[in-house]
Amino acid sequence: MDTPAAASIDREALVSRLQALLPDGSVLHTDEAQRPYECDGLTLFRQLPLATVLPSTESELLAVVAVCREAGVPIVPRGAGTGLSGGATPHAQGVLLSTAKMSAILAIDPVARTARVQPGVRNLAISEAAARHGLYYAPDPSSQIACSIGGNVAENSGGVHCLKYGLTVHNVLRVRAVTIDGDVVEFGSGALDGPGLDLLAVLVGSEGMLAITTEVTVKLIPRPQVARCIMASFDDVGVAGDAVAKLIAAGIIPAGLEMMDQPATRMVEPFANAGYDLDAASILLCEADGTPEEVEEEIARMSEVLRAAGATGLRVSTSEAERLRFWAGRKNAFPAAGRVSPDYYCMDGTIPRRRLGEMLRAIQQMEAKYEMRCPNVFHAGDGNLHPLILFDANDPSSLARAEAFGVDILELCVKLGGTVTGEHGVGIEKINQMCVQFPADEREQFFGVKRAFDPHGLLNPGKCIPTLHRCAEYGRMKVHGGELPHPGLERF
Amino acid sequence: MADGLIDQVRAAAGQGRRLRIRGGGTKDWYGEQPADADAATVLDTRGHAGIVEYDPSELVVTARCGTPLADLEATLAASGQMLACEPPHFGSGATVGGCVAAGLSGPRRATAGSIRDFVLGAKLINGRGQHLSFGGRVIKNVAGYDVSRLLAGSLGILGVITEVSLKVVPAPVAETTLRFDGIAQAEAIRRLNHWAGQPLPLSASAWSGDTLHLRLSGAAAAVRSATTALGGEVLDAPSAATFWLALREQSAPFFAGDAPLWRLSVPSWTPPLLPGGHSQDAPPDMLVEWGGALRWMRSTLPAETMRAAARDAGGHATLFRRGSLSDAQASGIEAAGCFSPLDPALLRIHQRLKAEFDPAGVFNHGRLYPGL
Repeated sequence: MDTPAAASIDREALVSRLQALLPDGSVLHTDEAQRPYECDGLTLFRQLPLATVLPSTESELLAVVAVCREAGVPIVPRGAGTGLSGGATPHAQGVLLSTAKMSAILAIDPVARTARVQPGVRNLAISEAAARHGLYYAPDPSSQIACSIGGNVAENSGGVHCLKYGLTVHNVLRVRAVTIDGDVVEFGSGALDGPGLDLLAVLVGSEGMLAITTEVTVKLIPRPQVARCIMASFDDVGVAGDAVAKLIAAGIIPAGLEMMDQPATRMVEPFANAGYDLDAASILLCEADGTPEEVEEEIARMSEVLRAAGATGLRVSTSEAERLRFWAGRKNAFPAAGRVSPDYYCMDGTIPRRRLGEMLRAIQQMEAKYEMRCPNVFHAGDGNLHPLILFDANDPSSLARAEAFGVDILELCVKLGGTVTGEHGVGIEKINQMCVQFPADEREQFFGVKRAFDPHGLLNPGKCIPTLHRCAEYGRMKVHGGELPHPGLERF
Repeated sequence: MADGLIDQVRAAAGQGRRLRIRGGGTKDWYGEQPADADAATVLDTRGHAGIVEYDPSELVVTARCGTPLADLEATLAASGQMLACEPPHFGSGATVGGCVAAGLSGPRRATAGSIRDFVLGAKLINGRGQHLSFGGRVIKNVAGYDVSRLLAGSLGILGVITEVSLKVVPAPVAETTLRFDGIAQAEAIRRLNHWAGQPLPLSASAWSGDTLHLRLSGAAAAVRSATTALGGEVLDAPSAATFWLALREQSAPFFAGDAPLWRLSVPSWTPPLLPGGHSQDAPPDMLVEWGGALRWMRSTLPAETMRAAARDAGGHATLFRRGSLSDAQASGIEAAGCFSPLDPALLRIHQRLKAEFDPAGVFNHGRLYPGL
């Protein structure tokens, strides 16, 4: 991996220094104790670190950072470990720093409409704590029961409602963080802007490579009085894709706008009993929220557009239970994939919405080419695709084909004017595809940003931004018949 | 297309000259005005203009830096869309690049978000004369660090923004402005924060001189029911449009005068600010925007007095316009700087970022902070 030279680290000395600083049970060093931390949600990559630390306070965390900085030992921060791109995959010569014990909700302020929480607080726990004030935290990644807000900040997590309510970066006011220099820095504030450069904007989504979050202040917004959801059926995926564009062009921003193809609905239905139309080639879930009058008006407008766009059937949720069932199917797509296949590989590319039909046709051809199934669920409103490649990791040929399939999808996303990752992050999973998306000068400028925060490259090294060397290796691997892939590729 | 700009940057870097990046010059007065600013060559971005891509169904527009902001807004309006944050122009020549580099947002900011919230991608010429592309033209994108959002409000110190991709939003179907008279500042702030915690279609607010204006935007039914629930006097549409435009462009009567104009950005629920020994019973004359989160004040009080008032509330104060000060007063305020001083650790990160993007210090030297 691309890491700073961690010469010869005396593991025993490091462990005893850490043990001297932290309470009993907060430093794990045996293989057995560290096993739960050997991977995050990207289970293909497993690695035991030198030690795993679980600080309970900011001052304990500062002490760990000081020890690692002095010893030149890399630190990999970890939230709940639900990330799908290997952002928290441990470093063989590094310390894994889990924020799991920093899990207190420090303040819910109903007047300011903010929550101040420690990084280990679960995403959903914030909304649960704010519920009695009629408020909630909007970004809702499908792992929201388990994922932590610190991890959300690191990954700039999205969710099914972000077309209308934004991503993590739009809903975080302030992040308190520890730099590798040992400074405690406040990025952002309780006001709507701050002096100087907007460093909060670059900290969010930086995959734990710029600073370690110790406290987050998020925006809370009023919970809509009512929400209703339309399930629209289509006999062609391309027509469904066009319907999405027509909704947006009609000036409607649905609270949620999700698409599933038939293999996905058929995979999910036995598991979630969502009531999906299993005969449809694809279904769209379109949600309206707001006041009762507003929702009624928007459901009527959306129904009209969807019918005109060729929907073969519409069902509008008539109760909260039915609406939640519609969403349960979508939110359980990943677990359902895990039930029908020994393993699945979840892609996360984003493309301009108008290229949706093209993308889906290409994925169908890839299914034939690689002889693998790939149901598709996606955040249609923002063009963020989650093709689920089903494979068997115990079969080396199946694993290799799944990886090649994934690479094909991601590189096509770039070619269609999109990105290799919409919300799951680069981590180690998509690091090679970053070579395709960004030329060398851009990558070098990214390293410049990293150096500005972390001059010695000790925070989560080797993730997110590939080195020149790594891209050269990848390029050699990908050369076919003397030609580089996508020689005339546009940058966007 | 950007070759001319790249050549000028490379030439300046090669000759050790400084550049002052300038679009329509509508915000020349904003930010620090270092004594040696005149020594810098103006890099005029207006030749690099035009909308590169706009598909209303994608909710994304990509435009070159020199594109007049008014042209961009007219193009969006023709498809029933708009820039969500209602950015100020401060003059007819305002450009897209200047809008993003200044990072200023208008009345809609508190509920819709700021210009940085809508930046999806940007192209930048750095101090090495490299033309770099960050982000993209899709709404969700977490590949690499979010450098394009970092450029919003950077005042050109990291490089020349040559192109930006912005998320746009549909124009609201219905809009109503309500006026409430005889409301004191403290009461206005209390009400604004109370309303913001409820599911109401708020899109702007402004309080000054005991009058509160509130704008509602959204679905017709939602605006109608909120109007009934909130009461107040309904302004006719042309008067309402004039009012919000005058607020955005700071041509409203409140902004007239010779004293420096201070911009105090604070948590929205902060009670009336009392710099310079005012009492809670007689707070100084201010204009309150953004649901309470932005306070404007014309004042000749010392910079430190204004800064302390904002800082104590958890915010910061900016000398937004210098006004027509006597030299003695001006020198006192100039010495204190336009923007609130940065914490040392933050300043260090700023200095390193500047060195990474613009090692020779070609761009907008001293415009944001001395030495940057």
